[in-house]
Amino acid sequence: MAAESAAELTVQDYITHHLSFLTFGRIDGHWGFAHTPEEAAEMGFWAINVDTMGWSIFLGAGFLWFFRRVAVNASIDNPSGVQNFVEAVVEFVDARVSEAFNYKNELIGPLCLLLFFWILLMNTMDLVPVDLLTTFGAEPLLHTVFHLENAPFKVVPTTDPNITMGMSVTVFLMIIYYSIKNKGLGGFLGELAFHPFGKWMMPFNLIIEVPTLFAKPISLGLRLFGNLYAGELLFLLIASMLGLWQLPAHFVWAAFHLLVIPLQAFVFMMLTIVYLNAAHEVPHH
Amino acid sequence: MNINATFLGQMIAMAFFLWFCSKYVWPLFAAILEERKKKIADGLEAAARAEKDLELAQVKSSEQLKEAKAEAATIIDQANKRAAQIVDEAKEQAREEGARIIAGANAEIEQEVNRAKEALRAQVSAIAIAGAEKILEGSVDQAANEEMLNKLASEL
Repeated sequence: MAAESAAELTVQDYITHHLSFLTFGRIDGHWGFAHTPEEAAEMGFWAINVDTMGWSIFLGAGFLWFFRRVAVNASIDNPSGVQNFVEAVVEFVDARVSEAFNYKNELIGPLCLLLFFWILLMNTMDLVPVDLLTTFGAEPLLHTVFHLENAPFKVVPTTDPNITMGMSVTVFLMIIYYSIKNKGLGGFLGELAFHPFGKWMMPFNLIIEVPTLFAKPISLGLRLFGNLYAGELLFLLIASMLGLWQLPAHFVWAAFHLLVIPLQAFVFMMLTIVYLNAAHEVPHH
Repeated sequence: MNINATFLGQMIAMAFFLWFCSKYVWPLFAAILEERKKKIADGLEAAARAEKDLELAQVKSSEQLKEAKAEAATIIDQANKRAAQIVDEAKEQAREEGARIIAGANAEIEQEVNRAKEALRAQVSAIAIAGAEKILEGSVDQAANEEMLNKLASEL
């Protein structure tokens, strides 16, 4: 791959390159960045995608810092435009939580605000032109600092299944925690074993309920990943195959994608609320 | 597209962000929204109270207006009475003054009459004496006549 010059770059190379991560891990006995997707795969579990992890932390920390700054400087009587916007976001999330969550839990509001706005920002990175931050930004920088040739650099964290699954599994752990806390371990396991057909059909119940339980984090994480991955892929196809015609095509796809971006953030938040609400539901016999 | 430690990293990042958001971001907005809600409720309540106060004030002012009108009417009434009384008194005084003036004038007239009588009386005696002198022409006891004439004059 390093032998190929830019002129010989094929569509497939271009897309593969843009779908790879800047992975840092242990290769051939020393720590360093992976030069090829194959090297990244060889690193195994103890490697980190520096690009998506970095953008994820940057966006999360940035928006929380920004919201906190707005809240600290907030005025009750004379809110600024920025304060109105932030308050509208918070009120929107709060309204969804009070609609769908019927129990008292101080953590659900902040959790949903975090998920909604964080995912919204990470998805919005998809609207940054695909080569702007990579070919013209990160690649020259990585070349000078780390002597990396043609290094990949992904800017949309939600196109990394590690990121989306990281969030959905965290939500899943909260589901398990609150289920056991509210129903007791017996109640939680009983729901899996004696539902929906009663105790004489326990194996069937388990066959239905256990996959249902584990489907929650997987569907939550993969839905977000799949939508954003598909969106990113189409941008890459447009960029690599259409020549000058890519300009209107990018615009049209961005307009469609503009619907997907907030919708997926909203869906992730709503499902989190619904799952956690179910985790608080104590069945009354 | 491998699952690697980024997965754990994202879980740790999310746990940290959740802690931060629930401790340093969400409660601030909850407080702001709560405070504004309270302020709006207070404002509406104050407006309702002010409206009520206005109504009360209007009732009170109309009552006071009525009272003032009644008071004004009684004052006008009293003033009219007093005016009539003053006119009556003035008439009475004028009448008394007139009577006094008339009495004074009468007294003066009487005095004047008396003075005239006195003067006439004196002149009558002189005329009588002159007449008698003319009649008697000479033999007349001056002293006896004087006495007689004085007696006559005092009888007049």
